[in-house]
Amino acid sequence: MAPTRDEQHWMYRNMVTSRKFEETIAGIYFEGKTPVFSMADGPIPGEMHLSDGQEPVAVGVCAHLNADDVVTATHRPHHQAIAKGVELNKMAAEIFGKATGLSGGRGGHMHLFDADVNFACSGIIAQGMGPAVGAALSRHMQKKPGVGVAFVGEGAVNQGGWHEAMNLAATWNLPFVCVIEDNAWGISVPKEDSTAISNNADRAAAYGIPGIRVADNDPFAIYEAAGEAIRRARAGEGPSLIEVETYRLAGHFMGDAEGYRPEGEKDALFAKDPIPKMRATMLASGVATEAELDAIEAESTARVEAAITFARESADPAPEDALTAVFA
Amino acid sequence: MNVPNERKLTIARAMAEAVAQEMRVDDGVFVMGEDIAALGGVYGNTRGLLDEFGSERIRDTPISETAFIGAAVGAAQDGMRPVVELMFVDFFGVCFDAIYNLMAKNTYFSGGNFKVPMVLMTSTGGGYSDAGQHSQCLYGTFAHLPGMKVVCPSNAYDAKGLMTAAMRDDSPVVYMYHKSLQGMGWLATEPGATVHTPEESYTVEIGKAKVAREGRDVTIVSVGMGVHHALNAAAQLEADGVSAEVIDLVSLVPLDRDTIRASVAKTGRLIVVDEDYMSYGVSGEVIASVTEHDISVLKAAPKRVAYPDVPIPYARVMEQFCLPNPEKIIAAYQEMNAA
Ligand SMILES: Cc1ncc(C[n+]2csc(CCOP(=O)(O)OP(=O)(O)O)c2C)c(N)n1
Ligand SMILES: [Mg+2]
Repeated sequence: MAPTRDEQHWMYRNMVTSRKFEETIAGIYFEGKTPVFSMADGPIPGEMHLSDGQEPVAVGVCAHLNADDVVTATHRPHHQAIAKGVELNKMAAEIFGKATGLSGGRGGHMHLFDADVNFACSGIIAQGMGPAVGAALSRHMQKKPGVGVAFVGEGAVNQGGWHEAMNLAATWNLPFVCVIEDNAWGISVPKEDSTAISNNADRAAAYGIPGIRVADNDPFAIYEAAGEAIRRARAGEGPSLIEVETYRLAGHFMGDAEGYRPEGEKDALFAKDPIPKMRATMLASGVATEAELDAIEAESTARVEAAITFARESADPAPEDALTAVFA
Repeated sequence: MNVPNERKLTIARAMAEAVAQEMRVDDGVFVMGEDIAALGGVYGNTRGLLDEFGSERIRDTPISETAFIGAAVGAAQDGMRPVVELMFVDFFGVCFDAIYNLMAKNTYFSGGNFKVPMVLMTSTGGGYSDAGQHSQCLYGTFAHLPGMKVVCPSNAYDAKGLMTAAMRDDSPVVYMYHKSLQGMGWLATEPGATVHTPEESYTVEIGKAKVAREGRDVTIVSVGMGVHHALNAAAQLEADGVSAEVIDLVSLVPLDRDTIRASVAKTGRLIVVDEDYMSYGVSGEVIASVTEHDISVLKAAPKRVAYPDVPIPYARVMEQFCLPNPEKIIAAYQEMNAA
């Protein structure tokens, strides 16, 4: 099942928007942090984990989701948030720590919560697994439509909580999908040094569910694999596991010197940048013209710029607001 | 001030040096944790160890804390002396059972037949907008649970000596280092933490507080980064003619209650500075150490400058509003004196 023309346009638009967003954030991140870099300074302080290169996973999966479906994401969440339809202005404002942000500045880049589209992310590895399985349980018990999808990194599958959640979802046959973004690295540790098997989709056998690995960051293959997993979940056929080979084009966080990366690795990854590749594929197959894709790029850029302007121009929260919203 | 042969190290380097020196003389010592090998630790405290000791003794782990901290307990009980790192104290939620039910209890449950000589090191603290899963201190959480020693250096000299003492201790030691003191290229560091650190191996006693500054009018007790806030406040108070004594706890477990009591007996006033949450924690414990012992020494009700009981927000203005700082300490003294 290949994505339709409209779906391909949607996928390309969200990949481009995500990349443009990350590039803009990356530029602003260093403001106020020179000449002496300190993470505490500038309009966007704190850690920043960019998703450049991993956009195909987000769009290939979220193309099958609607606002009612529940997504949990990780410390590297921007591409997934954008593909899930998180309000971009409020998301940018949250990342700038502004009062107009999704959470009024309490959460920041690693804690984006948008109840309107059922999106949440958090900073501790594999932490989203339980909540996504729980959302699937809730839909099942309430007899409401909707699936729970947890995006995790390949490093997360070695976390005990990951296994517990997989087994729970499988035992109870819940409408749940786990999507592993295998970017080959957990900070400085390569996958082969941390993981006993090379294909994490094989772990599906341990839970008696389907598992599939998608090679080479291919948005169309991801779309297809996710389509089947989400169809199964919606049909009451239970959970699935997908691992996608993707690329981390940036450092683990901004400011990461990446001395641990083998020479040439990043150049090779940039040569396979999924965005120009998708553009070329769409042109070659005739689903889009140059003019259409140029327009998508221009519109995406304008949308990101508007969101950043909104964020920059928004007011800071009141300092004492820190003491509010602790309880419901 | 120029001191001859001064050898200033960051806490990160002091910690790594202590570990390297101990590894040279004790084959049982090894290090495991995430990103501690090639990267040298997110906080630099294992830098250089992989080159010298190789991947057999300097082990990067999967992100499997329950497994490797539980494994450290097992290895420690079997004759090794593991030094284990989990880079942020906030992450311990995933593996707490291995810590407080195994590491902390096996000595006791075995009636002393098993020893668990391991060091668990982790970073604490915020102030750089990393939000509430990457900025906590949780000193009180660890100190509350019996069976583990808890240390927290405020400078490189203590950092090195505490690390050596921790590795030689037959009990488990939780070693908590504050990010703002660490000396990393990517985060500003409190200059007072980078101090003269002798090259030769030495220990700093676990369970002994230090008088970081002598004074007569008020005792300010703190740990880690809070010690620097206290020293800063003391310097400002001095300009107003107030003589503040600053106690650096150095170790939370065992807690050196005698040093606290002796100081407050002298000054009659007590302020506790704690970047950890206010309630049910270190600040209350320090105050109780004094009030339970002899309340008559107090000229005023003790004060706390601690993190309010809310999760740590991301936005700079909100986080800074919550954090302890020298101004809050001075204000606490003034309120205390006005009362
Ligand atoms: C329980 C826990 N342990 C350690 C960390 C520190 N940490 C943050 S990101 C990361 C690597 C994650 O790798 P992966 O899951 O592959 O995601 P990626 O960063 O590659 O997107 C680690 C170890 C954490 N956040 N939570
Ligand atoms: Mg990864």
